[in-house]
Amino acid sequence: MFFVFSCVSCLAAGAPAASAQTPFRWAGDPEGGAPFVEADPSHPDTLVGFDVEITDVMAKSLGRRPEFVNISFYSIDQSIARGDAEIGMSGIEDTPARRSTLAVTVPYYEFREVLSVRDADAARFRSLADLRGKAVATLAGTIAYEILLRGERDYGLRAVSYEDDVHPYSDLALGRVDAVLLDNVLAERRHRTIRGFTIQPQSIAIGHYVGVLAPQNAPLRDAINETLRGAMRDGTLERIFRKWQVWNEDQPKLYAELLAGKPVEPVIGFDTSGGVANASKWDAARRYMPSLLRASIVTIILSCLSMGLAIAIGVAIATGRVYGGRPVRLLLLGYVELMRGTPILLQLFVIYYGLAAAVRLPAFAAALLGLALNYAAYESEIYRSALEAVPAGQLEAARTLGLSERQVLRLIRGPQAFRLALAPMTNDFVALLKDSSLVSVLTVLELTKQTQIFATNLGSWVIPGALCAGLYLAMSLPVAALARRLERQWKAAS
Amino acid sequence: MESRVLAVADLHLRRGARVILSGVSLDVARGEFVAVMGPSGSGKTTVLRAIAGLERADRGRIDVNGRVGMVFQFHHLFEHLTAIENICLAPMYAHGVSRDRAAAHARELLAAFGVDHRAHALPRQLSGGEAQRVAIARALAVDPPVLLMDEPTASLDPARRSELGELLQGLTRRNTALLVATHDEDFARGYATRVLRMEDGQVR
Repeated sequence: MFFVFSCVSCLAAGAPAASAQTPFRWAGDPEGGAPFVEADPSHPDTLVGFDVEITDVMAKSLGRRPEFVNISFYSIDQSIARGDAEIGMSGIEDTPARRSTLAVTVPYYEFREVLSVRDADAARFRSLADLRGKAVATLAGTIAYEILLRGERDYGLRAVSYEDDVHPYSDLALGRVDAVLLDNVLAERRHRTIRGFTIQPQSIAIGHYVGVLAPQNAPLRDAINETLRGAMRDGTLERIFRKWQVWNEDQPKLYAELLAGKPVEPVIGFDTSGGVANASKWDAARRYMPSLLRASIVTIILSCLSMGLAIAIGVAIATGRVYGGRPVRLLLLGYVELMRGTPILLQLFVIYYGLAAAVRLPAFAAALLGLALNYAAYESEIYRSALEAVPAGQLEAARTLGLSERQVLRLIRGPQAFRLALAPMTNDFVALLKDSSLVSVLTVLELTKQTQIFATNLGSWVIPGALCAGLYLAMSLPVAALARRLERQWKAAS
Repeated sequence: MESRVLAVADLHLRRGARVILSGVSLDVARGEFVAVMGPSGSGKTTVLRAIAGLERADRGRIDVNGRVGMVFQFHHLFEHLTAIENICLAPMYAHGVSRDRAAAHARELLAAFGVDHRAHALPRQLSGGEAQRVAIARALAVDPPVLLMDEPTASLDPARRSELGELLQGLTRRNTALLVATHDEDFARGYATRVLRMEDGQVR
């Protein structure tokens, strides 16, 4: 009813009906939160934020109705390129990679990359050079992350990548990391809710927020640029940024340069020419290979250790479920159903962040434990059914020979069950190898995450995706081959 | 009476409402070969399983000088172990015999039963007769006073059947007692020293 009414009113107003009916689809990530894009706390269905208001200005000047498309922050570039929405607006940084692969608007906001440290460290950690051997957190796939990678080489610090901008600061307060490098907008926002850290006044680099469009939408981008310049000239942007308390003296200078027609570098104060966006695709692949291989080693070590632990716990659970009394069996059944019935991602979050107040596990240990506890539930089901599948005659024969129940399990039932469990276990190991990519949410930099960073910096998923797939196969195929060989040995005919 | 190695007195066993054994009594003396005959369902196998400790009787007594040995109808050799490993298992783990001594004894048994050339074969690689001999060797490896056998001739051809009969008579000459459940009238008459007949859960 409302729809009909609004269309009639459009027609009555004499607006260009065709374009008014085609919504102006824009992509953003409400998880990024205020002041960019967030669900209005008092009306959760309504979005608020400066990116929302700027997009409204764009839509209005195009004579179209804005329509929001919810896209994860890390997928906005790819989503725009494949046409899910016309423009991406969500505090997106201007980078050489985006300029080379997408149609990028003029920058509408200038930010500073600032260092945050715990209050007690404010006097000794003033710049990246002071952070040798220390863990410095940031958002993955950002300019700040590139700066930290350079800092690993130049200053010996350790870059830790997060997938959201809240946990870097909460982990800073908890002592898991020693500093956070992010833009001043994010730092100041977190400073209002998280106590105990200081934002250093000296900025490490200067960057800009832009809107991104698909390359073929360059004409639309040009029209939007005109709108943005108009909004700079007539104070519309100033009014919006003042409302969100992020207006400062950097913006008038940026707008003056843009309105004078001067080119603005995407990043100031940090040399991005070493970035892969300027290299040929093959050269980029060659340069990223060592870090992909390192990430593969993290993946394989994490998977092997988790699987080992999952097997040990799984065997214990299965034994308890087959031999235990009723309370033990019920307890273990509860554990299995809880771990199988809830998302592993949730379990990882609870172990790493949820328990942080009580147990402050290092990221790798939390990842290892989370994967192991989850997979133990699945392994235990395999072993339980395998134990129950060992023929009763085998067990009776062992008992008549005078073996104790413990010996029957260790010498007869266990080994025979293991042979039955091998094929499903191999399956699970390969699944675990791939599920290990989930632990990047706990800041563990494994193969999939490294590939994503590579793809973001390169602006393409084709080569990184192929390399990543190749590395996963290189890890999983030998496991499958080994399992086949064992099975063949056990089945060897005379 | 000193030569008695197994005494079963007034054994009762029911499963749900069904009576399986109703007052079975029997004795076996050293070196004796006792055959238990009777139609299917008469309780032969259950008596053996109760003596071996695999079934719990509701009432009655079972007295044995030590632990009985059991050879199942389908042998139940441990599928993941070779013939000689099957034989060594109980001496090593239930009696604490060293690996070398257990292996030496196992080889003697295999040689005595003519299957020493199959020592390293897995159960699924053995013929039915070979598997039976390995199963007998496994049961005898811990020197039980009585060897229980369930339907030993069920899957043997006539030539193999007489070989088995002679093998078992050889055991009785070395003072092992045998209690054998069988359907095979000729086998029982030909080799047993005594034949018991069971019907409806009782020895007639």
